[in-house]
Amino acid sequence: MIDRIRTLLSGHPMIPLDFSALSDDANLYDAGLTSFASVQMMLALEEEFDVEFPEAMLTRRTFASLANIAEAVSQITRKAA
Amino acid sequence: MDAKTFDAKTLLDSLFDNGILFETGVDGLYGRSGAFEEVIERFEKLVTRLGAPDKATRIHFPPGMSRATLEKSGYMKSFPQLAGCVHSFMGGEREHASLLNMMATGEDWTELQKATNVALTPAACYPLYPTVAARGPVPAEGVLFELSSYCFRHEPSQDPARMQLFRMREFVKIGTAEQVSAFRESWLTRGKAMIESLQLPCDVDLANDPFFGRGGKMMANNQRDQGLKFELLIPVTSIEKPTACLSFNYHQDHFGQTWGLKFADGELCHSACVGFGLERVALALFRHHGPDIEAWPAGVRAVLWGE
Repeated sequence: MIDRIRTLLSGHPMIPLDFSALSDDANLYDAGLTSFASVQMMLALEEEFDVEFPEAMLTRRTFASLANIAEAVSQITRKAA
Repeated sequence: MDAKTFDAKTLLDSLFDNGILFETGVDGLYGRSGAFEEVIERFEKLVTRLGAPDKATRIHFPPGMSRATLEKSGYMKSFPQLAGCVHSFMGGEREHASLLNMMATGEDWTELQKATNVALTPAACYPLYPTVAARGPVPAEGVLFELSSYCFRHEPSQDPARMQLFRMREFVKIGTAEQVSAFRESWLTRGKAMIESLQLPCDVDLANDPFFGRGGKMMANNQRDQGLKFELLIPVTSIEKPTACLSFNYHQDHFGQTWGLKFADGELCHSACVGFGLERVALALFRHHGPDIEAWPAGVRAVLWGE
């Protein structure tokens, strides 16, 4: 799952981060992720995994690292299943 | 305070009935009486007086700004629903004839207009950043500006505190993170004391901007998590949902990055602003002290008129 997320985000033109150089737990905001780029990330993830993040999950913490994102996506898909 | 009559429509009607505001046929666009304007002038003088020790540079931009500047500022990413661009007719005689014909037959003639280079200013500080950037490196002590402008936001409403065209006075500090935070802190204190001196009930609270869409929810949550925006709230059209009359915003290095605002050593600048919603403050004063400014409490008149 994390690799799929990493590949998805690496190819995104509006998220200018070098994901290949970031560990699963690295803080993406420290690496330069802006609020606007995090919104683009959220939309790309929803499309890729065919999910919708509930409002309560639209926080800074949810998108703070690749591990957090993977955890959030699997939580939503588990609930949907 | 009578909670039953404490609503937007009642206040708007009473402002019309008392000749303080005048209808124009469009929600959120009103004429202002001489008394209303006098209150705004006096309040602006009070703001300038309180800020005078900081020696801000005053600039008054018009209510229209460069569309290219608005585009580069990122406004359309966050608030596409509020923006307004000016369109004009640029055709020849043939198109003019079509335009008149379309108007006469009730067709949508506006498609014969094209976007000009002018956008309506959404907040007094948007035209400032490229102006500062063009002057070269920001001095080590930072820079401070005092601005005032009519602003436009497309949100038609019968809440008199939500106008489409309204004035905003602002102080903007551009400097280091520490300098701009200290600036914002000082205005959180000064702003509250100022509104209390006008005998208005108020609270300062954490806030967020009305970012567009679901992505906007996330921007809003981020803004709150990081404590980037505070508002001074006064009950004007509702007790439960008081109106934001002053706002205190920390932009981090957003405008520094966007406009290349840097110190001589190449370090990016941070910025913060405090905004005064002039019509909202005036409405709060009329709401709490009554339609007749001569009859306002002596203490309030003393602060505004120096009596």
